Amino acid sequence: MSTQTEQQKQTSNVLQPGTSAPNFTLRTTPDQSVSLDQFRGNPVIILFYPADFSPVCGDEVSLYNEILPEFQRFNAEVIGISVDGVWCHLAFSKHKKLRFPLLSDFEPKGNIAQKYGVYRKNDGVTERALFLVDKDGIIRYSYVSPIGVNPGADGILKALESLPQSTEQKGSTPT
Amino acid sequence: MMESELTLPINSNRDHLLGPQKAPVTLLEYGDYECPYCKQANLIVANTVQQFGNKMRFAFRNFPLSQIHPHAQHAAEAAECAGAQNKFWEMHDILYENQQALEDENLLEYAKVLELDMSRFQDDFYNHTFALRVRQDFLSGIRSGVNGTPTFYINGMRYNDSWDQETLTKTLRDIINKNV
Repeated sequence: MSTQTEQQKQTSNVLQPGTSAPNFTLRTTPDQSVSLDQFRGNPVIILFYPADFSPVCGDEVSLYNEILPEFQRFNAEVIGISVDGVWCHLAFSKHKKLRFPLLSDFEPKGNIAQKYGVYRKNDGVTERALFLVDKDGIIRYSYVSPIGVNPGADGILKALESLPQSTEQKGSTPT
Repeated sequence: MMESELTLPINSNRDHLLGPQKAPVTLLEYGDYECPYCKQANLIVANTVQQFGNKMRFAFRNFPLSQIHPHAQHAAEAAECAGAQNKFWEMHDILYENQQALEDENLLEYAKVLELDMSRFQDDFYNHTFALRVRQDFLSGIRSGVNGTPTFYINGMRYNDSWDQETLTKTLRDIINKNV
């Protein structure tokens, strides 16, 4: 876990709500790429995380995988980004039975994370960070968690709920 | 830093609870019967409950990660079916003790071991009487910032520290001492 000072230093230039989300095109498999702007028209949840294969059950990506139906009620897409290579992502994705793409911010390493202000230069990995990009490509929520703490999904769900209701919700779920 | 707070308060009409209502500290776990870390945590919780006696209350809610744990949902439902016959905690422990055997047929066997009314158990189990209840637990967890299994809440706030015996005991003791 990082110290308070480190944490502040790392998070000082995180892209804030109201900013236009920088576009990117990153590989998700050896022969496929995903671009942010291909999702234009739908909200996108971008999940930066330090590394594939973290040793906990129900880590961040598994959690988001599990609650994908909740995000889909808002027609939101989920993408994960780390500096791991595509082959590592493939293995991890298969292992966790993920139903959303993992993108590889591998070359130049951490380039996209840097643009979003969530690259930890000293560690060579991305922060644990969440962004919600609205249907017009504007960041509406950003959050950086202490690197050792998985942020959960309560904040991002609240942010999704507070987006203008441009997309029709599919049904409702009891809470 | 964002603090995650329990959005569905503990309610003695719906929650499975151990310990007195007026205990100074309530420990809530969101757990998954097929998660090996939850199995470890169950032993630690059992020790903790014993250690603090009537000074603490423990509650358990379901958080089955069905994508990685294919048996977790049915196991959670089986625990609720047993709960309907006042044997929730007995089933809870049997499930963790037998984590490698959570097929439906195993779950039915455990119900027999607990001498439950089998026709009622089977009705509830096969009709998924408690599927919605499990789902409500799960959704309340998501809304409260559950970030994996197990996730603990102490007096309604997410506990982000380690849940090894020493750390958990110390944290609870500090809170109890403050409240006395």
